Amino acid sequence: MSQDQIAVTGKPAVPAATSASAASAGFGAFVRRNQIVEHIVLLLGVLLMMGPIAVAFTTSTHDPVTIHSEGMQLGFGNNFLPTYEAVIFEQTGFTKQVTGWGMSLNSLILGLGFAIGKIIVSMLAAYAIVYFRFPLGTLCFWIIFSTLLLPLEVRILPSYEVVQGLGLLNSYTGLILPLIASATGTFFFRQFFKSVPNELLEAARIDGAGPFRFFWDILVPLSRTMIAAIFIIMFVVGWNQYLWPILMTTDESFYTVVRGIRQILQVWIGADIPAYNEALGLAIIAMIPPVLIVIIFQRMFIKGLVESEK
Amino acid sequence: MHKAQFQSPIFPYLLLLPQMAIVAIFFLWPSAEAVRSSFFLQDPFFGNETFVGIDNYTDAVTRSDYGRAAWFTFLFTLVVTVFSLGIALLLAVAADNVLRGQGPYKTLLMWVYAIAPPVAGLIGIMLFDQHIGPIVDFVALFGWEMRVGVNYWDSGIAMMIVATWKQIPVNFIFFLSGLQSIPKGVREAASIDNPSPSGRFWTIIFPLLAPTSFFLMIINITYAFFETFGIVDVMLKGEPGNNPVTLVYKVFLDGFRGNDLGGSSAQSVILMVFVLALTIIQFRLIERRVHYT
Repeated sequence: MSQDQIAVTGKPAVPAATSASAASAGFGAFVRRNQIVEHIVLLLGVLLMMGPIAVAFTTSTHDPVTIHSEGMQLGFGNNFLPTYEAVIFEQTGFTKQVTGWGMSLNSLILGLGFAIGKIIVSMLAAYAIVYFRFPLGTLCFWIIFSTLLLPLEVRILPSYEVVQGLGLLNSYTGLILPLIASATGTFFFRQFFKSVPNELLEAARIDGAGPFRFFWDILVPLSRTMIAAIFIIMFVVGWNQYLWPILMTTDESFYTVVRGIRQILQVWIGADIPAYNEALGLAIIAMIPPVLIVIIFQRMFIKGLVESEK
Repeated sequence: MHKAQFQSPIFPYLLLLPQMAIVAIFFLWPSAEAVRSSFFLQDPFFGNETFVGIDNYTDAVTRSDYGRAAWFTFLFTLVVTVFSLGIALLLAVAADNVLRGQGPYKTLLMWVYAIAPPVAGLIGIMLFDQHIGPIVDFVALFGWEMRVGVNYWDSGIAMMIVATWKQIPVNFIFFLSGLQSIPKGVREAASIDNPSPSGRFWTIIFPLLAPTSFFLMIINITYAFFETFGIVDVMLKGEPGNNPVTLVYKVFLDGFRGNDLGGSSAQSVILMVFVLALTIIQFRLIERRVHYT
């Protein structure tokens, strides 16, 4: 590319008067041709993003005494199995009934329930809004739209009281349903349905398909990649919920693993040597499922993210 | 575009029923309740209420700790937005330019997106820990004795760094996809007109990225306000004491710890108005983008 520019703009190449300047020009060209600057910037970026995670992981493989006396560790220690065995299987908490495994299952239920629930509810609503003409349609659309204006964080106290009033504290329903109230998914599917060609509906009608057939046999199969993309995003969002589970779950058997992060802060309280390794081990456990999903389905994830935020 | 539509008296309502029920119970009702209780003074022991007009608002806003939290939230948002956008843009431009290794770089730079804010916060307090934190050791070389959790600004800076770090991947993904959607012809024309890569970037590529940047700015402000709750909570170990808190965290503290329902609701309503304003700005920008592309 750099050679093209010189040719086009007619910029003379650096005259090689002395061998020193020739060498430096050669080096400059080498740096540019091989994009050394870009690679250095990117490698520093990778170090910035990955460094903290790498140190967290390697430190978690040491025992607390080593960590306490020598600080966080860069090398791999020999306490890997004890740490992770304790984090995953040891029963902790006030009731001594919580394990990392149990909390992960709760996170899985929250992530799946949130993603699947949101997709079903919002696809149905978007279908009604795009494909039907009915008196209250516009009103319903604006009511759903208004949920985008107020995130859960600004109405936590009244939301908590409503859920408490319904007797849904410490239940999966109470954990999942209020989170589904935001209309992001509905908007996403509304946009997509609007881009589906009209001819499909006309053809389906000529073939005698009713609204149910059209939805199930044509629209759902057409939306497959969209559903997958939104599923990945919503699973990650659901798994990573923190504030709502803190309020909702006082019963430790409903703790999610991200909620458990708050609990493990107790390691600092009243301990001479905090179990740093177990705290970091839990952090690693909490990040593995969403990280794996994002890496494995990277293309779909990026598509879903970029499309849904538009 | 006119869309062909079905006519049916009941079916669309059935389709909308689940969504509308959830919205009504878990959104409209609590939101109305927040607005209503912001005008009342609640007695936490007997449960009776007195109408106090806008007293909760004036109390909330004039209290010195509210002003302090608002000022910190402003700085926090500014720092997180500027740095996470800046670093992400630099990385996206570099990733867009390289010919080799783009795939691996992209994966390695984006996957932190999937990490929950409180998990990032936990790793953060370890890195900034008095005893074991390498960052504390590092800044001590320059004579800065960092005491996160004790010193107001040390805690604040640590929270800003972790929040910025966590937000880089989202900005990176959007900037990179914005860069890659610039047509090849435009780039080639640009390289003919302007031989210097940095001149090319500032005169042609950067203006083309402006809609993405505005959009991301809103996203980042929303993030810094609301989604950093987990980072703040974990990094303060749930006990803020004399440490800085964001406005959203204060709503939580006053409502659930302080049992000040009216004051907490009034703060919620103030934040609602703020989000409303942001959303309006966002939609105006999106409309403009739709017109021009």
